[in-house]
Formats: sequence, structure tokens, C-alpha cells
Amino acid sequence: MTARSLSAGIGRSVDYDRLLNSLGAWALALIWFLPLIYALWTAFHPGEFATRFDPLAPLTLDNFARAWEAAPFARYFLNTVLLVTFILVGQFVLCTLAAYAFARYRFPGSSILFTLVLLQLLVMPDILIVENYATMRMLGLVDTIAAIGLPYIASGFGIFLLRQTFMTVPKELEEAARVEGAGPLGVMLKVYVPLAKPTYLAYGLVSVSHHWNNFLWPLIVTNSVETRPVTVGLSVFSAVDQGIDWSIITAATLMTSGPLLIAFLLFQRQFVQSFMRAGIK
Amino acid sequence: MTRRIEWIHGWLLLTPALVLLFAFTHVPAVKTIIDSFFSTPRGARPATFVGTANYEFLLNDATFWRVLENNALYALVTIPVSIALAIAMALWVDGKLKGRGFVRMAYFAPTVLPLIATANIWMFFYTPGFGLIDQVRALFGGAQVNWLGDPQLVLGAVMVVAIWKEAGFFMIFYLAALQSIPPSLREAAAIEGASRWTFFRRVTFPLLMPTTLFVSINAVINAVRLVDHIFVMTEGGPDNHSSLLLYYIYETAFKFWDTAYASTLTVVVLAILSVLAIGQFHLIDRRVHYR
Amino acid sequence: MSILKKAGMLAGAAALGAMLSTSAQAVELQFFFPVAVGGKAAQTIEDLTNDYVKANPDVTIDAVYAGSYQDTITKTLTAVRGGTPPQLSVILSVDMFTLIEEDAIVAFEDVIEDGADQAWLDAFYPAFMDNSTTGGKTYGIPFQRSTPVLYWNKEAFAEAGLDPETPPANWEEQVEFGKKLTKRDADGNVTQWGVRIPSSGFPYWLFQGLTTQNDVILANDAGNETNFDDPKVIEALQYLVDLSTKHEVMQPGIIEWGATPKAFFEGQTAMMWTTTGNLTNVRENAPFDFGVGMLPAKVRPGAPTGGGNFYIFKDSTDAQQKASLDFIKWISAPEQAARWSIATGYVAPRPDAWETPAMKEYVEGFPQAKVARDQLEYAVAELATYQNQRITTILNDALEAAITGQKDPKTALDEAQAQADRILSAYR
Repeated sequence: MTARSLSAGIGRSVDYDRLLNSLGAWALALIWFLPLIYALWTAFHPGEFATRFDPLAPLTLDNFARAWEAAPFARYFLNTVLLVTFILVGQFVLCTLAAYAFARYRFPGSSILFTLVLLQLLVMPDILIVENYATMRMLGLVDTIAAIGLPYIASGFGIFLLRQTFMTVPKELEEAARVEGAGPLGVMLKVYVPLAKPTYLAYGLVSVSHHWNNFLWPLIVTNSVETRPVTVGLSVFSAVDQGIDWSIITAATLMTSGPLLIAFLLFQRQFVQSFMRAGIK
Repeated sequence: MTRRIEWIHGWLLLTPALVLLFAFTHVPAVKTIIDSFFSTPRGARPATFVGTANYEFLLNDATFWRVLENNALYALVTIPVSIALAIAMALWVDGKLKGRGFVRMAYFAPTVLPLIATANIWMFFYTPGFGLIDQVRALFGGAQVNWLGDPQLVLGAVMVVAIWKEAGFFMIFYLAALQSIPPSLREAAAIEGASRWTFFRRVTFPLLMPTTLFVSINAVINAVRLVDHIFVMTEGGPDNHSSLLLYYIYETAFKFWDTAYASTLTVVVLAILSVLAIGQFHLIDRRVHYR
Repeated sequence: MSILKKAGMLAGAAALGAMLSTSAQAVELQFFFPVAVGGKAAQTIEDLTNDYVKANPDVTIDAVYAGSYQDTITKTLTAVRGGTPPQLSVILSVDMFTLIEEDAIVAFEDVIEDGADQAWLDAFYPAFMDNSTTGGKTYGIPFQRSTPVLYWNKEAFAEAGLDPETPPANWEEQVEFGKKLTKRDADGNVTQWGVRIPSSGFPYWLFQGLTTQNDVILANDAGNETNFDDPKVIEALQYLVDLSTKHEVMQPGIIEWGATPKAFFEGQTAMMWTTTGNLTNVRENAPFDFGVGMLPAKVRPGAPTGGGNFYIFKDSTDAQQKASLDFIKWISAPEQAARWSIATGYVAPRPDAWETPAMKEYVEGFPQAKVARDQLEYAVAELATYQNQRITTILNDALEAAITGQKDPKTALDEAQAQADRILSAYR
């Protein structure tokens, strides 16, 4: 709507510019989509067409069947779902509490502590693999889903993001809620959390897509089928002596990322709208 | 509410997050520094204090310097390029565009797909001879190029993958920011006859500045953290020309079993990040006060 | 922290105690295994284990598929350091020194009792035992072992006017054949290379084929001295480099291991060096007639061995060690070894396994399977030293630097030797 009014105001001269922009946008989109197109092509065609793009190549579901048989993907998938849920719930609870404290409470040491939280934006657990591994061994948590998730639950990023959102909430709303008799946690749940919905959605999206695809730390801390997430499962399964079988790898990739891709496809309008609502408010 | 109660409430709210934060970030960071002054315990031999021996080894470790250089270059290229692309993507997807839904999904798809898997696909693209890039080049009479097997090309090849992976993710942040820019600003600019480019340079870009800062922190993190594709595509080769710091730390700790030296390498990474952090805190601080 | 560590050890001791108390009725064994080839490998191991347990009701075996070789050694070392090691595990033969240094494993001589057991130890192919013994003691029993061989495209050979049944016998012929097999289009761009010796990831393994053929070994039996700067090693590297740069019969730069079979199927290369573990893959997917041969000779024929061995872990009871030994003896017996070899493509590690009816029938239908066995006569131990991964990485880096033209072979290998010396001097 705004774009239309802009073009109406500036007149004919931008059309050329617009065309180039559209071309650029589409060209980039195609390049960006290419790996997925290749995955779709290869997964649904017999192995000999993995490197040959013959439009008449026969279609097959064989690769999916072979991938499904070759590794316990159902279990890996379940592990990933459990892991992502555990992390997301943990992050929402812990980060909300901490962000609320930073946004609305005055207490000694708060600025130092906030600095320490911000420090985690850069000194992230992913780098501290050696020590965190030692810690997990000490706690007897090696090869558990909890061990994969724990280092990420107190997320500096999440605390920062929510604090910023909470700080934009007008104090009057809080006071109104207090007048109605809500305690500190009640205020948080009734006033702050609902107003920060778009932030939760955005952060949730980021967190899920990140941890769904995280590889290095789970690789280190898991070593059995019962705990391995999809990413580690995929790497174990593709790193065999005989070399790369692209048909089966792309089939496995689509199988394991399909749900997330489809979810984004279905909900992308809602995501963007939630961002928009956050922006308008 | 008395001040004392406010203190206690504040602390109580923070405790769960702080416990985990300290357990898996701050304490390990300090322990890493301590461990870097000890030897690696092996079998019956416990760790002994070795002073700065690990750091002396580091100074003479040609691989370390090579990896450091790679990572610096990797950061200097992937950060600005992926941010620039992310802004372009966000502007395009935010504006009027045919097939906007598809374009947006295409940009975002790499964020959803696991890099460990897509790296295999990129490997096919880069394969000499029958790989996609070479097949396309062959149509124009181009010779085979061994993208991943040539030390001059390999870092560039893995950078492309990193940019592909990240730009769409950053786009989401910019999209959110763009949509919070009041439409009245654009209308006013349109009335004054400002071109789109002028509008972008004078209005949009400055308004996106806080997002750019935020995204740049993420980009710095990813320039250090994102090494999944290295595992699949090159294992750091040829001769460490595509190895990055975190990959080298992984190799040292979990392949060579030299945890002391891995700690030493981690300390270097922490030092670099801390310097960057201090720089960026100033900027964030300004932003916070700005609001 | 130390309190927690102690608590961990106590927990480990308690777990061990629990195991001891149950061992009165049944011996419980935990067994980690990796799978490095696709297909039915994991299933076959589980089937074999179940068969054994069925025949031996006083033993229970918990067979844990631990992932890749790398995952398995990681998992095992973690368990060892945490005080809860498995009783037996299949791990790369080259990790023997690492396991010894961690004080994790026992020598088989310390577990076996009588002469019959000694005879069993002596019945494996010597080429495989090289990687399993040090200081006069046996620490590993060959199980999933392989060796690299040469695969060639018979159609491409015929097209180039070569005898499709005869692979190159030596280095010179490999170059000569390679020149005939390398095809270029009108623009001078190569459409088919003569030969492909992959060099990504672990180039030292196939390079060891070249050094063995040049009659030089890369490391001593004690695993504390390398030979990287030997003139014969340099000559071998020079030959490898020359294949791309001077003779132009091989793609320049680092050649990806994982893409090699596909390149062969796609006609990108007429010959390839890769593991016997690829036999089944090539048989199923090559759209042309192919041959399998020994690697070409120089001074002598030669190849390294590779793959995994059985190890018995120290931190187990006598009963557990005895039971582990018995299981290993059973699974490496001719019938089981043949079954394993046929299912996976690994080389059966004992001559008597090749005499079983099942194996004879298999080889008759698929004579290419025999090449690896015949080559064993000339095979040597895979490069293994203390700090093994670090030393092989040093060599890999040097090889990659030479192959990509960053350094000349002599400089690269001299530097690698100096680096290796610095690390290994502590073990002499």
C-alpha cells in the first residue's frame, strides 16, 4: 500500500529502476533456492540422475525408502523435536524472568549483571566446547538431550531482546494492573508477556531454526541413537567410506527438514504480520 | 514496594538464568584460561603447571596463524556481504514485487535447512567436472575448476556458502525493522520528490542503524561459530586453507585429544571476541540511551 | 570441582560394583562398534552378537552402535576417563597407541591362557597384525579391515585401445595408460581423466600405497619415529604431484574422496584408487564393466591396510575379560568372518575364512573380491604412531601443500618430519 503511494508520487521515472530491482530480487531468489531445487530433483529421481538433469528422468520414492531404512531417522527426528521444545520452553521462562528483572527492577549490581549477560552474546557456549564437555562429564550428563540444551537456555540474546521490548511497555499499564491487585509476577504475565507476543514469536522462530540445525555441540556431546539430533544423525549417515550418495542424502535432508520448511511456508504471513504489529505499536 | 523487596524480587527473577549463564558461559570461560597454563592429562599422567608453554607453542604454530588469517578474512568478507544482501532482500520483499511470497521463502530457506546437509549439496555444486557449476561452465566452453581443492579458491567457496546460509536470516530482522518505519515518512518523502535511493540513504538506512548493529553482532558470532560446512566440504583442507578457529579447536580437543592446547586456542578466540564486545557495547549502549 | 569429580568416580565405582555383583550369574559385556560402510553392517553385527548370546546363555552383550570411527573412539575415551569403559570395542587399528597411552586396553597375551589361543592369534594375516602389535604384544584383533585397490573402467580402456582386462602393472604404465585414457574436447578441456587418487581428508592413506611400492615405511613399529623426509618418500610424493602437473593424467588440486566413486561412474575418470569397502557400491552402480586390480607397483607391489580392530579394556573383571576374549574368538572364527566379509565387503582377516564354503561360493560369483586378499601379501601396516591423529594431520597437510603446489615435495616433507619429531621425541 505504501509502496503504491510512493510510486504514484514519484511518477514514471522509477519504473525502470523497479524492473531492475525485480530482476535482482528474482535472480537472487533463484540462486538462493537452487540447493533446495537440487535436493528436490535428486531425492525424487534414481541415483544415476543425481548429476544429470534430464527432464524425462523417471520419478521415484526409492531414495526416501532407502534413507529411512539406512538410519533411525524417526528417532533422530523425535530427539530434535524434544531438544527444540526443551530449549524453547526453557528460554522463554528463564529469559522472560531475567528480562523483566532488568527492565523493571532497580537492584544493586544490575548493570554489571546485564553487562555479563550481554557478554554472552559474543562469548557463546559454542566456543567453550572443551570446558562445557568437561562440565557435562562431571555432571554425568554426556549423551543426554538435556546436555545438548542446557548451555543455551539462559540466552543472552533472548534476555536482551525481551528486555528491550519490556522497556517500551508504558508504565501506566503496569500501574493499572497493580491497582487491580496484580503482584509482580501477575503484572509480568498479564501486561508484559502479552504485549511482547511478536517478540516471542520472532525469537521463537530464530531459536527453533537455530537449534534444529545446530551441529557442533550435539556432535560432541552425544554418541548414541537415543540422543542424537537430526543434524548429527545426518552427518554420521553421510560420512561413510564409500563416498557421498547424493540421492539418499537429499532424501534424508528433505525428510528431516520438510516439517520446518512447510511450517514456515504455512505461517510466513503470520510471522511477518506479527513483526508488523510489533512495528506499528 | 520498599527498595529491599524490589532488590530481592529482582534477584529472584534473575537467579535461574544467572545460574545457567555462569555454569555454561562465565565459569567455563575462566576455567579455559586456567587450563591453558597446564599440560593435557593423559592416562596416568595428571595435568601439571607448564606456565606459558602452550602459548609459546601457539606462537610457533604455523597452522594457528594460517587459521587465524583465514578466519579474519572470512569475517571481513562474510559479515558486510551478508548484511548488505540482507538489507537488499528485506527492501525487495518489503516492497511491491511479483511472487513476493516465493521470493521471501527462497531467501529464508537456507535458515531452515541444516547446513550439515546442504553443505553436501554445495559440495556437489563445486565438484570439478560433473558438478553443477562446472556443468554450467562447460556450456560456455569453460574448463574444470577444482573449487574446493585449490588453496586459492577454497576459502572463497566456503564463504559463499556461509553468506547463502546467513543473509536470509538477517533479512528477517531488517524486515521487522522496515515494517516499523512509519509510512508517513515515505509519503512525505514522496511528496518532496525524493528518489528511492535518496530516501533509502537519508531515511531508511539511518533508521535501520540499530538493527544493523544488532545484526552485526550476530554476524560476528556466526563468523566464529558457523563451521558445520567445513566438516562436510573440506575438513579444513587443502593444507588448512579453509580451516577456521573453531574447527581447529575442535580438531585439537576431540581429534588430537590435546585439551590444554585447545583451551589455549579458545583463550585467543575469547580475547578477540572480548575486544569486539567492548567496541560493540559502546554502540549498543548509545542505542539503548537513544531509545 | 574436585568433590564433584570424586563423586563421579564413586558413581563409576558403584556402577562397577553393581556389575561385579551380577557377574555371579551372568557376565555382562558392553561392546561399542562403529559402522563406516553403508548397508547392512550394523544389522550384521547385531545378528552375530545375538547368535553368540543364544549359544552362550551365561553371557549378555550390550552391543552399542556408536556412530563413525571418530564417534566410537570419542565415546570410548570419554567412558574410560569417566571410569565406566566398555569391556570391548571395535576401534581403528591406528588408534592402538592412543589407547595404550590412555592406559585403557590390555594385551591379548595377558588374557589368553594356552597354546591353542596362541595358535589362534597366529592365524591372522600378518599384514593385519602389523597394526595390532607393538613391543612384542598383541593389542588388537583384526575385524573390519580393508585395503585400497585399483578400479578401472573396461569400456574406457577398450575405447583408448588398451586391453580391457589388463590394469597398469607399475607406475610407468599407470602414466602411459593415463595419457591414453585422458580425453580432451575441442577447447582442450578435459572430459575424462586417466586416473584418480583422492587426496581430501586423509590423503596419507593412499599415499602410503605409493611409499610402500617405493619400498619405504612411514613409521617404525614402536610408533615413535617417522620417516617422512626419506628420499624414497619424497620420490613417491613427486610421482603423485607429477600425475597432475607433469603428465596431466589426473585432475590438479585436492581430489575429493567422497565424490570419487561418482566421478568413476560418470566417466570422469577411467581408473580410481579407493578402498575395497567400495566393491559392493561399484558393483551396484557402475553403468559399465569394471575391473579390480592391485595397486601398480614401483620397486615392489604394495598397499596399506586400514579399518578397525577389536580391543579388550583394562577396567574389567577377569571374568569379563575372559568372556570378551571368547566372544572375539568366536566372531573372528572362519564361518563368522566369512559371513561378515560377504555382508560388508571388508577383507576376511584369516586365510581359513577364505576356505569356508560360503566364501568360496561368493568369490566364485564375484572374483574381484579376491584381489584385496591377494594384495595382502604385499600390504603393510597403516601409518600409526603415538599422538596418531596429530602426526597424520601433519603428514596430510604436507601432502596437500605439495599437491596444490604450495610447497615442493621435499620442503613439505622435511617440514613435516621436523614437526613430527618435535611431538614424538617425548615418546622415545
